[in-house]
Amino acid sequence: MSNLIELSHLSKYYGKKAALQNVSLTLESGKIIGLLGPNGSGKTTLIKILNGLLKDIQGEVLIQGQKPGPSTKAIVSYLPDDDYFSDWMKAEDAIHLFKDFYSDFDENKAASLLERLSIDPKQRIKTMSKGQKEKFQLSLVMSRNALVYVFDEPIGGVDPAAREVILDIILNNYSEESLVLISTHLITDIEKIFDEVVFIKKGEIVLHRNAEELRSETGKSIDELFREVFKC
Amino acid sequence: MKDFNNTIPIYIQVMDDIKRKIALGVYLPNDRVESVRELAIFYGANPNTIQRALSELEREGLLRAERTIGRFICDNSELIASCKKKLAEDAVTNFLQELTSIGLSLEEGIELIKERKGNYE
Repeated sequence: MSNLIELSHLSKYYGKKAALQNVSLTLESGKIIGLLGPNGSGKTTLIKILNGLLKDIQGEVLIQGQKPGPSTKAIVSYLPDDDYFSDWMKAEDAIHLFKDFYSDFDENKAASLLERLSIDPKQRIKTMSKGQKEKFQLSLVMSRNALVYVFDEPIGGVDPAAREVILDIILNNYSEESLVLISTHLITDIEKIFDEVVFIKKGEIVLHRNAEELRSETGKSIDELFREVFKC
Repeated sequence: MKDFNNTIPIYIQVMDDIKRKIALGVYLPNDRVESVRELAIFYGANPNTIQRALSELEREGLLRAERTIGRFICDNSELIASCKKKLAEDAVTNFLQELTSIGLSLEEGIELIKERKGNYE
């Protein structure tokens, strides 16, 4: 196991408002980690920083020893929380785009995932249902042989059956040397796939622990602990 | 996918499930157990959690690992019998605790078992 993500004293301000405050966090390879916090807690800000999408930060961010930039984008596979494909695109266009952009993209894997999900490569992305779109976008990012996978709310807004398929795709395709970071506020459905959980509250990390240890120490589920920590 | 009780460590529940399958004969002695990834997908659980469950079962002697080939169910019939007995004892303990919690005596519990026995024969 090696440290793939190392954050030290990371802060990010939007004007005077702190979105992240003095965040220090080390995440290792070979783990699936849940980044858990309510809306507005800083999850997406943190994820965008990991993907080099937000500049003007204080503190240090290292991904496999490197600052976010072109070289880290080559090893980080990122699923944003919103749609990012143009209206004209068909599924196969997006696949070609990924193939051009990422040398670690496995076209065969993408094709077999699409087949499994019964998505026609000729289908326009715009016409997909929300659940279908989420599964399609996840298939694309999972078809990269990346070192770090970062998924921002992969199960938000999809029905329970689609959630199971999404978990299944993740478990089927991630490599044991990689790190998978999943942000969500829907915990019950997904907590059994986490090695570790990170609770983020108002831009600060309030807990980073092994999920099974937490269960045996407290006799509570991660979901229950989350509700206690974030009770208003 | 299996429904877990998220308040109990998942690896313990995976161990119990595999023990049940051994006791029931779903897994027979010397059967090869699925790979960690296959089990992770079957249980919808984290692969490291599955790994831990399998290691614990190995430690208890119910599984044996053969390098590079995989893991196999043990062929120790005494161990399998005692595993089955332990599961039965746990079930009885739970039953007795339930009885106590609703204020029934052991005798009343035994009467109930006798009444219901027919349904399960």
